[in-house]
Amino acid sequence: MMTQPILLDATDRAIVTATQDGLPLVPDPYGAVADRVGTTTEDVLARMARMLAAGVIRRIGAVPNHYRLGFRANGMTVWDVDDARVMALGEAVGALPFVSHCYLRPRLPEVWPYNLFAMVHGHDRDEAEAQAAEIRALLGDACRGGEILYSTKILKKTGLRLRMASALGG
Amino acid sequence: MQTAYDFDTRLLNLSQHDFPLTPRPYAALAARLGVTERVVLDAFRLMREEGLLSRIGAVYRPGSVGASCLAALKVPEDRLEAVAAMVSGFAEVNHNYRRDHAWNLWFVVTAPSVARRDAVLLLIEEEAGLPVLRLPMVEDYHLDLGFALS
Repeated sequence: MMTQPILLDATDRAIVTATQDGLPLVPDPYGAVADRVGTTTEDVLARMARMLAAGVIRRIGAVPNHYRLGFRANGMTVWDVDDARVMALGEAVGALPFVSHCYLRPRLPEVWPYNLFAMVHGHDRDEAEAQAAEIRALLGDACRGGEILYSTKILKKTGLRLRMASALGG
Repeated sequence: MQTAYDFDTRLLNLSQHDFPLTPRPYAALAARLGVTERVVLDAFRLMREEGLLSRIGAVYRPGSVGASCLAALKVPEDRLEAVAAMVSGFAEVNHNYRRDHAWNLWFVVTAPSVARRDAVLLLIEEEAGLPVLRLPMVEDYHLDLGFALS
């Protein structure tokens, strides 16, 4: 889904910075954000609604920790998919209920053959393998090969981090 | 009988998709679940303390704010720990995973500008003394509407 790009002003960027690690668990979280960026609750709500409508904010909500919720087999599936058909197939893979992220990325000849990436999450590797098999079946003869790369250790995971000064300085 | 686990699951499922953009969002969620605002706030606090909840907040579309790039390194096993720590040490690295593959270290660099992002990738390449595989997003096929929990 493509949406119209919008320009973010300094207050929008300040809101991004103030919310990147999450909303505070207080009764009026948007009011707390408003205090931090020096505006009103109504202004924060209006600006976030605008960023949401434009697709800059994809959703506002709880971000669960998949690993702690029992999804121990987190696999990055990577596929070599026919360039002529990857757009339509990517949309279909991205719509599968067990796929949390799905991206088209460049291939590097001789180094990296895969152009379609889809993250799957299973309680164990058998479940993740079954999900990968479902993706493979959906890709059909447009797919020349694929692999699953399991994460074996999370070394760092934080929300989006942009420092205010450098974000404004571009 | 509804258990605390069932309640947390309902609360997480509900709040993944439409967390209210209203002045009292936790009270609005509470009204939908037939509990008080306090119960919802306490449940979220506990889930966060237990690590079940990463955060409640805005999920920004990749590439819409700042410039990011997925990258990977093939690190010899005896250097993996040191190189991983060096990579994680950059404030611009927001994800860093070890994966069981020849490309065994995968990370995401996000910076306010393309120039800074590329500078960080070069610094990592120099520090590691290894070529960095750069795989920037070309197209995003998923709307990230949340993840069904059962």
